[in-house]
Amino acid sequence: MWRDHLTEIIVFSVLFLLVSGMGFVAARWRAPKDMAHLDEWGLGGRSFGGWITWFLVGGDLYTAYTFVAVPALMFGAGAAGFFAVPYTIVIYPLVFLVLCRLWSVSHRHGFVTPADFVRRRFDSPVLALLIAITGIVATMPYIALQLVGIEAVLKTMGVTGDSAVARHLPIIIAFAILAAYTYQSGLRAPALIAFVKDTLIYIVILVAVIYLPYKLGGWGSIFDAADAKFAASPNPNDGILLNANNQLQYVTLAFGSALALFLYPHSITGVLASRNRDVIKRNMSALPAYSLLLGLIALLGFMAIAAGVKPLPGAKEGTVDSNTVVPVLFDQQFPDWFAGVAYAAIGIGALVPAAIMSIAAANLFTRNIYKEYLKRDASPAQEANVSKIASLVVKVGAVACIVFLDPQFSIDLQLIGGVIILQTLPAVALGLYTRWFHRGALIAGWAAGMGLGMWMLYQIPNPASKRAHFGGSAFPLSDFGFDTKKTIYVGIVAVLVNLVVAALVTLALRAAKVAEGTDGTTPDDYFADEGDPRVTPDPARPADPAREPIA
Amino acid sequence: MTAAEPETPRAASSRAKDHSPWNWLLFIPIVVPLIPMFFNADSPRLFGFPRFYWLQLVWILLGVATTTLVYQMTKKRGTR
Repeated sequence: MWRDHLTEIIVFSVLFLLVSGMGFVAARWRAPKDMAHLDEWGLGGRSFGGWITWFLVGGDLYTAYTFVAVPALMFGAGAAGFFAVPYTIVIYPLVFLVLCRLWSVSHRHGFVTPADFVRRRFDSPVLALLIAITGIVATMPYIALQLVGIEAVLKTMGVTGDSAVARHLPIIIAFAILAAYTYQSGLRAPALIAFVKDTLIYIVILVAVIYLPYKLGGWGSIFDAADAKFAASPNPNDGILLNANNQLQYVTLAFGSALALFLYPHSITGVLASRNRDVIKRNMSALPAYSLLLGLIALLGFMAIAAGVKPLPGAKEGTVDSNTVVPVLFDQQFPDWFAGVAYAAIGIGALVPAAIMSIAAANLFTRNIYKEYLKRDASPAQEANVSKIASLVVKVGAVACIVFLDPQFSIDLQLIGGVIILQTLPAVALGLYTRWFHRGALIAGWAAGMGLGMWMLYQIPNPASKRAHFGGSAFPLSDFGFDTKKTIYVGIVAVLVNLVVAALVTLALRAAKVAEGTDGTTPDDYFADEGDPRVTPDPARPADPAREPIA
Repeated sequence: MTAAEPETPRAASSRAKDHSPWNWLLFIPIVVPLIPMFFNADSPRLFGFPRFYWLQLVWILLGVATTTLVYQMTKKRGTR
């Protein structure tokens, strides 16, 4: 079976190995004097300029999920899958000012994670711990999702066997390589690889959106083919347009996902690695170039319909693996060597975000669990070391997710992660603007939002996969007693409840005169820029060894 | 209430620092792409794309134009 794909396998392997080599060399790229510091390993020395940040954050946010799961959703459900476009439009104006404040305060105080900020701002190790754990738990399925992207490609090339071990062996090897160079080079590895990844992806997508419509009879007939497919299907909620019942879901999902995206630890890692505020602001204008790419990639799902693609069978009898839609489309329509390039783009596209995510999760563990609870006086070198090891553990966890769980609905896994991470919004995002919320109230709000979100997700069945629970993130409003067929995104409801509870408990705690702790930041910290002095108020960490690398 | 007291001058001075009327423009690309009424229709088609698809891709340009404008208008000039 794999012999039919020999050219593809060779091209894929060559590009994959080339990139892995780059990952190891990256440790020497823009090398610092002392790599044994978390600022260097985990944030690339906080020195990335506009271009590197653009590639890094772009490669970070638009992941293998983009290439595989969004077109798969378009293929299966039509217009509803296009939510990814408004989602990635509204995010940039939304965070334009917020992230600059976070960068400034982190720069001044040497914060590496959002939980570091919450710890200092609200003077609450418990709240910081909750934020850290939330981040780690939300990131895990996201890393697993990247593996699903690679797996879809490997499956199409026929290099995965039938037994459980043979099916996952190539992924385990790919991840072992990834783990090794992330361990060695830290954030510099994905930053360097991102250049190759994005170049490949831009080439593949440009070719795809010009060549495929030409082969398939033009865009008009592609949309007509999709329309005909959805008209014939029994599902009332698919189609090339939205209907009256799923518009609210579409909008709330786009908005909620946008709110969630920059709360993810890996996005914050990418942003904190930039050199100054200007780099961030310029990138907020330049990153939408990736959104255009994303919109075109989403439409590959419709091209697959027009080309009559049949997704490969899934892990269980009688199911299909819809994630293989795009790889199969490339296999059918492109010459072998170019399909190999496209597969490499997807495979490498999964490695960049997976590396950044595991670094972000490892930083959370090191700063907010290890240093806070296990070893208060950890030196910067010890911190870097713990983070390196934690990044390995995180990757093993992600591989376990894929091997032991059904990866079929990877997009839903990610949506659950989105609901979870949204619950850190009041403490992290609003906390950048106001300290009005009481630390105890933020904990109460977090618990309420999390509980409600999980309960709602539990209630949602998925008829396609015949699961009774955790089948998606579209919650029917009729379950709240409303007389309507409309659905809404779980995350939005959960975070609203979170905010209401946090506000009410704040008033109650303040009336009861419960201590609020002291704010370790000053208003000026939120506007600090490159070159401004750093503060080192913590006597446990004498001189901050990460001096400004550039004047 | 002692802990809440320093909050007032603090909030006021921080608001002053990134306060610019230009920032209000950022609401346009947040609100407009979230109104399905604008784009949820097939016609008119553009290069074969139903309105649902091409108009949402056009919103990307709206977002870029707005953030670029706000960035240029609020850029620190000279001082620090």
